[in-house]
Amino acid sequence: MSGLEPLFREEHESYREAARTFVANEIAPHAERWEEARDFPRELFAKVGSAGFFGAKFAEEWGGTGPDYAAEAVWIEELSKGLTHGTASDLGAHSQLAALYLDRFGNDDQKERYLRPSIEGRLVGALAVTESGAGSDVDGIRTRARRDGDEWAIDGSKVFITNGSWSDYVVVAARTSDDPGHANITLFIVEGDTPGLERNRMRMIAWQTSHTGELFFDDVRVPDGNRVGKVGSGFGHLMANFQWERLMMSLGAVALAELSLEMAITYARERSAFGRPIVRFQVWQHRFADLAVRIRTGKALTYQALRHHIAVEEGTAVPREQLVRLTSMAKLYTQRLAWRVADECVQVHGGAGALKEYPAQRLWRDARVGPIGGGTDDIMRNVIAGTMGLGAV
Amino acid sequence: MNLSPFTEEHDLLRKAVADWVDTEIAPNLAEWEEQGDFPDDVFRRAGELGFLGLAFPESAGGQGGDYWAQVVFLEEVGRVSQAIAMVLSVQTDMATPPILEFGTDAQVDRWLKPALRGELIGAIGITEPDTGSDVASIRTRAVRDGDEWVLNGSKMYITNGARAHFVTMVVRTGDVEEGNPWSGISMFIVDTGLPGFEVSQRLEKSGMKLSDTALIYMDDMRLPADSLLGVEREGFKQIMWELQGERLGVSVFGVAGARAVLAEAVRYAREREAFGRPIGEFQAVSHRLAEMATEVEAVQALVHECCDLWNRGVYATELVAMAKLAVGRLSNEVADEAVQTFGGAGLVEGSFISREWLGMRIGRIGGGSDEVQLQILARIMGIG
Repeated sequence: MSGLEPLFREEHESYREAARTFVANEIAPHAERWEEARDFPRELFAKVGSAGFFGAKFAEEWGGTGPDYAAEAVWIEELSKGLTHGTASDLGAHSQLAALYLDRFGNDDQKERYLRPSIEGRLVGALAVTESGAGSDVDGIRTRARRDGDEWAIDGSKVFITNGSWSDYVVVAARTSDDPGHANITLFIVEGDTPGLERNRMRMIAWQTSHTGELFFDDVRVPDGNRVGKVGSGFGHLMANFQWERLMMSLGAVALAELSLEMAITYARERSAFGRPIVRFQVWQHRFADLAVRIRTGKALTYQALRHHIAVEEGTAVPREQLVRLTSMAKLYTQRLAWRVADECVQVHGGAGALKEYPAQRLWRDARVGPIGGGTDDIMRNVIAGTMGLGAV
Repeated sequence: MNLSPFTEEHDLLRKAVADWVDTEIAPNLAEWEEQGDFPDDVFRRAGELGFLGLAFPESAGGQGGDYWAQVVFLEEVGRVSQAIAMVLSVQTDMATPPILEFGTDAQVDRWLKPALRGELIGAIGITEPDTGSDVASIRTRAVRDGDEWVLNGSKMYITNGARAHFVTMVVRTGDVEEGNPWSGISMFIVDTGLPGFEVSQRLEKSGMKLSDTALIYMDDMRLPADSLLGVEREGFKQIMWELQGERLGVSVFGVAGARAVLAEAVRYAREREAFGRPIGEFQAVSHRLAEMATEVEAVQALVHECCDLWNRGVYATELVAMAKLAVGRLSNEVADEAVQTFGGAGLVEGSFISREWLGMRIGRIGGGSDEVQLQILARIMGIG
């Protein structure tokens, strides 16, 4: 059959309806209050879990309902319209990062102890890679795990860890060797109350409800049973999952952009200047239309990347380079786009664009994380250039 | 999950079109541009090979394929030249589809079938010296006189205009009715062999020089009654229908052109050395090309989504306007970055890059300017 295979089937439409209802009832009405408090109740994880929204991409064996990555995409899109992106980030770090790593690379015992309760929302997870001296440059991490009998002793620190200040467990990337090459990083599950682990919540200008943390490890003892995958396999795991993380960020950014544009148009219809609603001015009409085109274009690219991910999950042979290239392109295109649309939304609000009582400024602040987190724009350009046979000096 | 919209049959077709394009078109492009002309034989050969009616039903003389077959054709032609893609697309996506959609069996036999064989060349006549995007303001007028229509007026920027055997034309046949600014317009198939038809001027352009873009003039031209295409006074609606296929067609070959220009820039960046290394190894150059590749992939995804809707019979006005706008901007941006990458070599007359840079500028104007697409979208969004 010729033509584009549809991403979403009928069951995804009812899933979307359910996700929309959940977000409308359990998240959106509280967004302003949570943002004001720079916090959200931890019970939200359990609510999301018992409603089944952590389960779409996991197998039934571990309490999931999938794997169905198109359904997961639907959840991300709807969650991102809940007006509190810090909250969405915490939920995402738990499910798209920590839990997914355990699903992909953990053993059955680890899955029983951490993955199942994570899908249920009874345990909260985080993933810790970035350090003050190493962000996009994963090879540069210095947190070190030393083997000591049946245990590992971890020393070092992590920063900008979403969910990191309050999670029940953290999947930590630590250096286990100084050999050249990429086989020197290993992942460990560290429980939040392990002696020697200190955690602070960071004060950020964006994602303010998120529990973004700084973690300090001082001779933190972890049993060998909490090692995820083989010794030295961490770098490969990280690289494999970066693609999924970036795709999820792309879906979220498109949704944020759609929300910002909607908000901007609503305001432009209501607000009058020079005797007419500002939406009646052609420059604003064209600016809105232009943004709509870019959002739709970014969405088409993101969906194309999603198709590739689903094909890979289904076992179709897709050249890895093609997947990486499209995903990096989607991330690069959509993160800047979301911020740009949010910026125009602030602009149309005029002075009100700077007022805390309007969510415009919050979307704008939250969108600014996109071109930095999950691999910066410049890293995406490096990756894309690499797939084109272009080097980087 | 199937990742390509094309089937194996489409892949075979692509190879056939590519062979023709690479052997019979590409080697002559520099000369044709230089001469400001190309042989009519291009149409005949394309017709012989079955490329002019790929998505037309067999009953109308076409190949009976789906829209993806036409996409293959436009992509392969657009890859080598926007100008030749434009003249062929005028034939396949502009002048002829209205005959199939609105024409009588007799009109299909008389005009469409020979056009799909490449024996008759068509043009589309909308723009006039004083009105372009504002179609409702056209002044070329046909007045009924017994069994005939008497046609007076002129049409401007008509691609294939100097060589066309027929022009699918929008003409005023009545006055504007109150409350309906789009009323009083009808469509005709104008036989350019009839007395009173004149090519006033072949226009000299900055780009797409091989194509004969003309100012044509109709002076008391007497058209037989069966020249009327479709329903009298329904012409505005009919031409709006035509414009969707036209805009999608130019979007398809436009994005293919942008992709080809980018590939050429990437190739050059890997070969050309400066300061002791290929310029593509400088991070600044590699990032700029990575940005362009991202834009190409994004717009390609949008265009293919639009083609998919079109192929399934969805009249996707919104997505068509988006695709047209996005492609026009994309190709200009990519071509300009390509010129920059080539440096002085990008400005040499007759080179692929300089030629396409010149030709692509037309993409943001022809078929409804960027501003018109934005206005259409604003209206669809409920804000215009």
